[in-house]
Amino acid sequence: MDRLLNVMTILSLVLMAVVLFSVRRSHIRVEYSVSWLGAAFILLVVSRSPGALYWIATELGLTDPPLALLILVFVVFLVVIYRLSVVISDLKDANIAMAQRMAILEFELQSLNEKQ
Amino acid sequence: MKRATQPNQLMILIPAFNEEGAVADVIREVNQVMPQVPVLVADDASRDDTYTQAKSAGADVLRLPHHLGLGGCVQAGYKLAFELGYDYVIRVDGDGQHDPKYIPALLAVLQKTGCHMVIGSRFYQNNGTHTSTVRAIGIWVFRLLLRPILGKPVHDPTSGFVGVNRDTLRVFSGSFPLEYPEIEALVVLQRKRFRFEEVPVRMRKRKAGRSSITAIKSLYYIIHVLLGVFVNILKFEGRRRKD
Repeated sequence: MDRLLNVMTILSLVLMAVVLFSVRRSHIRVEYSVSWLGAAFILLVVSRSPGALYWIATELGLTDPPLALLILVFVVFLVVIYRLSVVISDLKDANIAMAQRMAILEFELQSLNEKQ
Repeated sequence: MKRATQPNQLMILIPAFNEEGAVADVIREVNQVMPQVPVLVADDASRDDTYTQAKSAGADVLRLPHHLGLGGCVQAGYKLAFELGYDYVIRVDGDGQHDPKYIPALLAVLQKTGCHMVIGSRFYQNNGTHTSTVRAIGIWVFRLLLRPILGKPVHDPTSGFVGVNRDTLRVFSGSFPLEYPEIEALVVLQRKRFRFEEVPVRMRKRKAGRSSITAIKSLYYIIHVLLGVFVNILKFEGRRRKD
């Protein structure tokens, strides 16, 4: 159990470092790093608070705290992925609208040029 | 392409993606059947010579900067038609499957009945058009599904040979399904309590190129459309069937 929590701590810190490094290199925009940093922070806190993990396991009716940890990891990343899906959908809608508008403007510009 | 200067003006919309082998013939056929009617080809960023072929055949071409898929391509054409003031748009696919000789029949129904959309149907009044077995089964399933949702039977819900009036252009300019749009578009119209009619047509085999719906994509197609229909029903606010 302790080894698992230590691994989780290291992974959380690595995730934070990777995200911060990516933000610094402009690979991830700051607003989209918040979800990942939040997820890493939650996992870091839980991995350093065995009492919290036991409490979660008890609340979920689990006898095995590591299983509660896995469920927590799963839920946290599910939330992050859901948020990114929303962002991607918005971007796709905006991209389609912009491509259509660009095509229409180009069409009208070409029509004007042909008239002159 | 000129702005519509008179009421009740029609535009023919031809969405095309990599249709260099067929699009010019389709444009010429349309021009023979409907001379003086403007033809707009919406080129979905084709990688072949579709743009040049369409221009040389005398059509105006709305060239998308990158590939959007059928729904995004058709919607771009609808948006332009709406902004140019057209009252009717009839969509004819660029692969040659839709016979332009039926355009006057579709237009007549749009104008005489005042319906919002008219569908060129392969199966309406048993006009004997053939289609593949897999597609026929899919169409049968969708007909069963759509019957209670639309409140009336639709014989050929996957047909892309459709005409719309200005009210529908306004709706589709704002919201149009992006992938496999035909079936979802019917549900979108039902949400607005719009009315559609069907006209019997015969479809032809495509003149060139390949269908975008391959065997591998068929399952994705069915799941996608079912999900799209379901989501559109969920969006339905204050559902009241038109009497």
